[in-house]
Amino acid sequence: MLKLENINKCYNPGTVNENTIFQDFNLSIPSGQFMTIIGSNGSGKTSMLNLICGNIKPDQGKIVMDEENMTNMSEHARYKRMGRVFQDPAAGTCPSMTLLENLSLADNKNKAWNLTKAVNNQRIEFYQEKLKRVGLGLENKLDEIVGSFSGGERQAVALLMATITPIDYLILDEHTAALDPKAAETIMQLTAEIIEEQNLTTLMVTHNLKYALEYGDRLIMMHKGEILLDAFDQEKSQLILNDLLNKFFEISIEVGNAI
Amino acid sequence: MTILIGIFEQGLIYAVMALGLYITYVILDLPDLTVDGSFPLGSAVCVALIIAGVNPVLSLIISFFAGVVAGIITGIIHVKLGIRDLISGIIVMTGLYTINLLIAGKSNVPIFEATTIFNNDLLKQLPESFKQYRVLLVLIPIVILCKIALNRYLHTKSGLLLRSVGDNQNLITTMAKDPGNMKILGLALANGLVALSGAILAQQQRFFEASQGTGTMVMGLASVIIGIRLFAKIKLMSFPMKVILGSIVYKAIVAAAIALGLSANSLKLITAILLLIILLISEHGKKEKVQQYD
Ligand SMILES: Nc1ncnc2c1ncn2[C@@H]1O[C@H](COP(=O)(O)OP(=O)(O)O)[C@@H](O)[C@H]1O
Ligand SMILES: [Mg+2]
Repeated sequence: MLKLENINKCYNPGTVNENTIFQDFNLSIPSGQFMTIIGSNGSGKTSMLNLICGNIKPDQGKIVMDEENMTNMSEHARYKRMGRVFQDPAAGTCPSMTLLENLSLADNKNKAWNLTKAVNNQRIEFYQEKLKRVGLGLENKLDEIVGSFSGGERQAVALLMATITPIDYLILDEHTAALDPKAAETIMQLTAEIIEEQNLTTLMVTHNLKYALEYGDRLIMMHKGEILLDAFDQEKSQLILNDLLNKFFEISIEVGNAI
Repeated sequence: MTILIGIFEQGLIYAVMALGLYITYVILDLPDLTVDGSFPLGSAVCVALIIAGVNPVLSLIISFFAGVVAGIITGIIHVKLGIRDLISGIIVMTGLYTINLLIAGKSNVPIFEATTIFNNDLLKQLPESFKQYRVLLVLIPIVILCKIALNRYLHTKSGLLLRSVGDNQNLITTMAKDPGNMKILGLALANGLVALSGAILAQQQRFFEASQGTGTMVMGLASVIIGIRLFAKIKLMSFPMKVILGSIVYKAIVAAAIALGLSANSLKLITAILLLIILLISEHGKKEKVQQYD
């Protein structure tokens, strides 16, 4: 169970750029839930994920993971149990290293970073199996530099790297948004498979309403740091695209501009 | 011939320093000015130890660790206290000037008679015709050892993590490690190598001089960039090897400039202009993406 309790967050307090993004924000995500998150630009989706991951700290309120208060836990310590994939495919890999080195790096998470060899040849077969599943032919590119890969390929690698060691939480921030439709589809399917297989508690921000409806067992819509719509299991499966569009339309009238 | 030998000697001694700069500048992507202080620190520590009768090889090893400490201090100032990287380096470099004087005793300390790695009973037994290669004979194995050690390290788990600092710092955080600690580790290693280089120079020139470190950073940077640029096409050559060759080429350019009539006093100006030209020629000026480490 992941809980955000009574969160207040204001960017640049006391300046002309002051921006109160969350006021008494609450959200709890039970273990094993796959939640999709939609919302207009600047509604605070990324900020919420950053609060969970420790990239930013709340001004007030608590972040609790499985009964443990981790509000003051450092960012890197939180990643012991979390994986995250960003919108930018470059953010999840090391461009100057080979695919094999990247996977070896990820594979060593939560283990000792000692003076033994970085690449364990006995793991190659395991990596190749994982890569084959992606269906992009990456299994034949182990010795190539990841910086030369396409966006879709890199994002597939980033996703595998984030989930190659056992984790409990997966944080996805528009991770298909920078990809062409075909690559986005590949990545989304791979994502769903991994989440299902490893039973990951997942928060997936997406700009793609179709994905938001099709995947996961809960959907929230955010606007100006608030949750406007929160649909679970049964209710979510009955949601249709028109519901979301209507809701978006309401917001856009309220704020007086188009989305 | 003597000029050529001199170029190789100087090139190899400073190559060890350039390997340190390779770690900070290329791998960590972090400009570190500590080196202008840790280079003479190595020299000061080494000279003080040799005067105290410590074995010359052991003196080198201790000098290395003195540099490690300097790097750790810069790292802590930068990472833990949040001071900008350049300023952190300048602070430690400035402080080291005094520390170096304290260690050495005064600003110029000769060790002309002392036994060093270049001046000992073993080398005295060399046949007369080999005597002029004496320094190279000692230097080459040392530099090769440094190169192999660095190469090996970069292929360990710890080395892999270090390499990802400059490549994608964010990724280290998601690997549940503190990127700040990796920076401190990198600065420690780098300054260790720089101090070792200073210690080797002290033994070769047989003195410590407080201003021995002036311009180290710029010189090292020039060597690193020359090496990486000049041998960019040779994919099979490891980066440390390119850096070592870069250092030798740099010394050759400087020697050529002096041979062409430029006075030794204008050396720093030559270096500065040279570095500017190199940076302008290489389009990014900055980091050449590290493609291969073998
Ligand atoms: N680090 C930051 N500093 C200042 N303002 C920020 C920062 N991050 C986000 N914001 C602001 O907070 C608001 C919410 O941003 P964000 O969480 O990125 O929204 P979303 O991901 O939903 O598009 C925006 O107005 C944005 O400009
Ligand atoms: Mg966002």
